[in-house]
Amino acid sequence: MITQPRTVQNPESGASSPLRVRDLTVVYREKPALWDVDLEVPTGQLCAIVGPNGAGKSTLIKAVLGLVPVASGQVRFFGQSLAQARKRIGYVPQRGSVDWDFPTSVLDVVMMGLYGQLGWFKRPGPREREAALRCLEQVSMQAFTTRQISQLSGGQQQRVFLARALAQDADLYFMDEPFAGVDAVTEEAILRVLHELKKQGKTVVVVHHDLETVRDYFDHLTLLNVQVIASGPMEEVFTPENLKRTYGERMRWGERHSA
Amino acid sequence: MQCTKAVRAGRARAPARGHEQTPRRSHPLEPFFLTMSELLLIFTDYTLRNVALGSAMLGVVGGVLGAFAVLRRQSLLGDVLAHAALPGICLAFILTGTKAPLVLLLGGGLAGWLAAWLVLAVLRHSRLPEDSALGVMLSSFFGFGVALLTFIQHSNNASQAGLDQYIFGQAATIVASDVRNFMVLGGVALLVVGLFYKEFKLLSFDPAYAHSLGLPVRGLNTLLTSLMVLAVMVGLQTVGVVLMAAMLIAPAAAARQWTNRLEAMIGLSALFGAMAGVSGALISATRENLPTGPLVVLSMSAILLVSLFFAPLRGLVWDWARTRQNRRRVRLERLLLDAHVLHAHGTLTPQTLAERRREPVAVALQNLEALRSLGWVQEHPQGFILTPTGEQKAHELEQAMRVLPHRVEGSS
Repeated sequence: MITQPRTVQNPESGASSPLRVRDLTVVYREKPALWDVDLEVPTGQLCAIVGPNGAGKSTLIKAVLGLVPVASGQVRFFGQSLAQARKRIGYVPQRGSVDWDFPTSVLDVVMMGLYGQLGWFKRPGPREREAALRCLEQVSMQAFTTRQISQLSGGQQQRVFLARALAQDADLYFMDEPFAGVDAVTEEAILRVLHELKKQGKTVVVVHHDLETVRDYFDHLTLLNVQVIASGPMEEVFTPENLKRTYGERMRWGERHSA
Repeated sequence: MQCTKAVRAGRARAPARGHEQTPRRSHPLEPFFLTMSELLLIFTDYTLRNVALGSAMLGVVGGVLGAFAVLRRQSLLGDVLAHAALPGICLAFILTGTKAPLVLLLGGGLAGWLAAWLVLAVLRHSRLPEDSALGVMLSSFFGFGVALLTFIQHSNNASQAGLDQYIFGQAATIVASDVRNFMVLGGVALLVVGLFYKEFKLLSFDPAYAHSLGLPVRGLNTLLTSLMVLAVMVGLQTVGVVLMAAMLIAPAAAARQWTNRLEAMIGLSALFGAMAGVSGALISATRENLPTGPLVVLSMSAILLVSLFFAPLRGLVWDWARTRQNRRRVRLERLLLDAHVLHAHGTLTPQTLAERRREPVAVALQNLEALRSLGWVQEHPQGFILTPTGEQKAHELEQAMRVLPHRVEGSS
């Protein structure tokens, strides 16, 4: 796994971007899912990736994390390779990607966030329990510690996944559609966590689907439709022309939202 | 050809030594029940002890590895591993000319492992759906195995007789050295599961996340599949390639019914497997003409059936009872609210209730009777009135209905 201890950090890593993507291309069968993606994410900001269905938003996250094979391109985290920076990266997958009938408890799932730090052959102990409990408190799920995960609502499942990522104590977080199909309480909890992370100087990259809220929730916006249409500060990128170029003529989001 | 073999595997087996004089039984199902003295045989009868130990070991190892297979939705992979062992056994015999069980088991294990690897390769490089890839691989390897077996049988090799025991298993031939082999193979498998428990757990629940943490997901996958191969090797002599899958799937499926914790599920799975192994061995040893392997599998199926129906958390019977009870409760609550409205207007009689609920007066009378037996209504000169308990209950229900829309959380 990772041999480099956390404390050894590149002195200039503070200066280099948490995520820099160059010429990233991903091909599933014949059609490219991502084409020549260039992306640079600023430190300590909440960054949204937005685009229509099939635009490759989730694929982008999976590709930079090495979860899907990459045809070409280069990805650097804090100026380091994925293997070197792995312990500084947290991940919240889509809620629907796992079987929630798996025989395990809420606390157990959150402790999984610590497996990378624990190392081989070691079992989670009281210290890990404590850490996991703190993360559950951050998402207001401390009352559900021993609950079997199949007995959670969709929003609660999402908060458990968020707590698991928080347990990783990363500097850069990737979240795949955390706001999809969640209740108001969960939405609030996620926003609270996002702002808390920002206050701590951490960077969060979120795949988002809702143009109604994207401007309120995030500082930085990347519009994606296989290629990067535009990427930069929210105010500069969230324009009718850019949205039209991302979603096509039929979507009239631009007029409605920039007014 | 396979059919005749099935019959032979079942019939040709000699009953375990020393128990030929089992008295005739009158009840048709009696052969399947064990008496206390028969249970004790396991401690006194040397042959039977080996058979029972071997079957129990299979149950434990199959149960533990099967738990992961079932949770990862790879039950069919176990079936492929088992069936694919047959050509490996035959090739090992052709190449070495020996019938030493360990050599044949190693051949079988290697072939199973190869089949699993091929399935993965096919899935990675073709568009064949997973179940098709598994099914095709299973029948191809098994077909090849049967062809090899026929070839061996016709090659006039005097020592070939008995290779076909690996199709349906022949637990009665298990001796002390076999049990030692099982202990080593199974022990290695269990030890590795213990060492990598936390990684296997995460791998089974969320492989993509495991990957993102930097765990070598592909290596762990291969390791877990290899351990499943070990479990299959333990089972080849006892239940054979055809029935092996049951010993991987059934204990885990049964155990899942009883618990919501992975540790407990694995423990129960091992226990169920062992119970099935021992009881299958005992039943077949103390009756005539009952083969061990199939009886182990049947015992396991019985445990699974009981679990499916009666396990407290997920059992169908309790599920059914709970649903029925809930329906009844909701019906009575609805009824109480109707009665409450009429009561507020001072006209709660069977006639008004029948009119409000559009039901015959006779039914309304029964309904009032049901409410009265709950202590929610009582008789009154002008018909019926709500009791204080009934009033309070109705009030609570109305409150609950008022907040109901806000309690529904999330869209999925």
